[in-house]
Amino acid sequence: MTDTAWIDTALTSARPQAVGALLRYFRNLDTAEEAYQNACLRALKTWPQNGPPRDPAAWLIMVGRNVAIDDIRRHRKQQALPEDEAISDLDDAEDALAERLDGSHYRDDILRLLFICCHPDLPATQQIALALRIVSGLTVKQIARAFLVGEAAMEQRITRAKARVAEASVPFETPGAVERSERLAAVAAMIYLIFNEGYSASGDTAEIRSPLCEEAIRLARLLLRLFQSEPEIMGLTALLLLQHARAAARFDVDGAVILLDDQDRRLWNQAMISEGLALIDKAMRHHRSGPYQIQAAISALHARADKPENTDWTQIDLLYGALEVMQPSPVVTLNRAVAVSKVRGAQAALDMIEPLEQRLSNYFHYFGVRGAFLMQLDRNDEARVAFDRAISLANTSAEAAHIRMHLDRLMRDSKPRATTASKK
Amino acid sequence: MMYAILCYHDEDAVGSWTKEQDAAVMKKLAVVQDKLTKQGRLGPVARLLPTTAATTLRKDDPPLVLDGPFAETKEQLLGFYLVDCKNLDEALEVARDLGAANPGGAYEIRPVGMFTPGRVLA
Repeated sequence: MTDTAWIDTALTSARPQAVGALLRYFRNLDTAEEAYQNACLRALKTWPQNGPPRDPAAWLIMVGRNVAIDDIRRHRKQQALPEDEAISDLDDAEDALAERLDGSHYRDDILRLLFICCHPDLPATQQIALALRIVSGLTVKQIARAFLVGEAAMEQRITRAKARVAEASVPFETPGAVERSERLAAVAAMIYLIFNEGYSASGDTAEIRSPLCEEAIRLARLLLRLFQSEPEIMGLTALLLLQHARAAARFDVDGAVILLDDQDRRLWNQAMISEGLALIDKAMRHHRSGPYQIQAAISALHARADKPENTDWTQIDLLYGALEVMQPSPVVTLNRAVAVSKVRGAQAALDMIEPLEQRLSNYFHYFGVRGAFLMQLDRNDEARVAFDRAISLANTSAEAAHIRMHLDRLMRDSKPRATTASKK
Repeated sequence: MMYAILCYHDEDAVGSWTKEQDAAVMKKLAVVQDKLTKQGRLGPVARLLPTTAATTLRKDDPPLVLDGPFAETKEQLLGFYLVDCKNLDEALEVARDLGAANPGGAYEIRPVGMFTPGRVLA
């Protein structure tokens, strides 16, 4: 690391706590962010000379607060009459100055920050953009790049989100137990969405977007430290780690998708897999199952198989069955059908997905999977129809290319069969 | 005399390192480790997984399993074991057996991410 890289790392890791505490004092997202930025500027000036403070977050909170209060005072002198409300708010803030930074607010501060980003008035796209900006501290440019949109558009999305949060009455009190668990679920969902933004990237954009996966994992670990005994948060963290562990094996050099069965398993990240497996073990001890835990357990069964043929498909089928009960969705059934095809054959799997056709009539994966089952049953003409439909619904060029590969294989297989019928 | 060198750092900060930063640190450490290995002085080296993956067994009667790392400050680190286990339950079983033999205090059970056995030449 270069001699100033440690400052960046310290600032990044202290950010959620510092912005969270500043938000508690100022009750305004913009003021809190600005105070944090000012504190960072001072840190960049003084830390290289004086060395790192013992507690970087406490330092940033203290300095950020002092700078912001000075600003408010200076600003107020130029006004004719101060607003009563502003004064009483400020007094509160000054009282708080005396309060020790002993970390007792740590949990609530970070939660408040996360909860604000997951405000129910915000659409999901704004939630994740706001969280990446406010909690993770990515620059607008970085976020725009990861979402493959222009910087101006992303700036606008974040500004809108902030305005909505400011308009809505954001409760600054610590929420009660019921509300907390509801909002915890919203935060978990938001983290999962951030991860998926990175994970669903196609080969040509995977590199640009994979920081989203890493950021989601960081946020999940942060949440888990706040809720150490919450099995679903363990499950979520495990799920993200186990999925991301396969990152290096998921695309070939041309950016084409490599399916799980064809991946070079030596490229899987073993440290991430171990961490994911350890978290599932922890979660299971609570005997309170949930969708994240089940999905993590499915991922774990793939991770545990050193070769595709050693995959425990029977267990995966059962887990998807449990997930169907907990979270009924045609997409879950479609995934289950893949496991069923391995355990009970393509016909059983096809029977399972046929009733879904109406609801998944615009879903790329439905036709990809259907085509694959039909191909296994040697119903090649029908398979071709399904693959053609899949290509027309493909979201990325990599998806389309992958289906074309199946079509090519059909062509290859069917031609010799028509003439010699001997070639395998 | 054998010395244990225990590594403490801000987990958030280390967790924020990029892959490249992490690799660069590991590479610099490897230089020091290689020297010790050649001299036959380096024993086991382990890098632990994050504290979020930790479980703590309080050696009370009956023993109490808690999620998360050991968090008390009134007890001190006095030793450690490295045990090969299939899963957390197996590790907890080992910890319970050890705890029964030596009650009081706590064991933090933390999965090991990276491990080199090392070899000290007598």
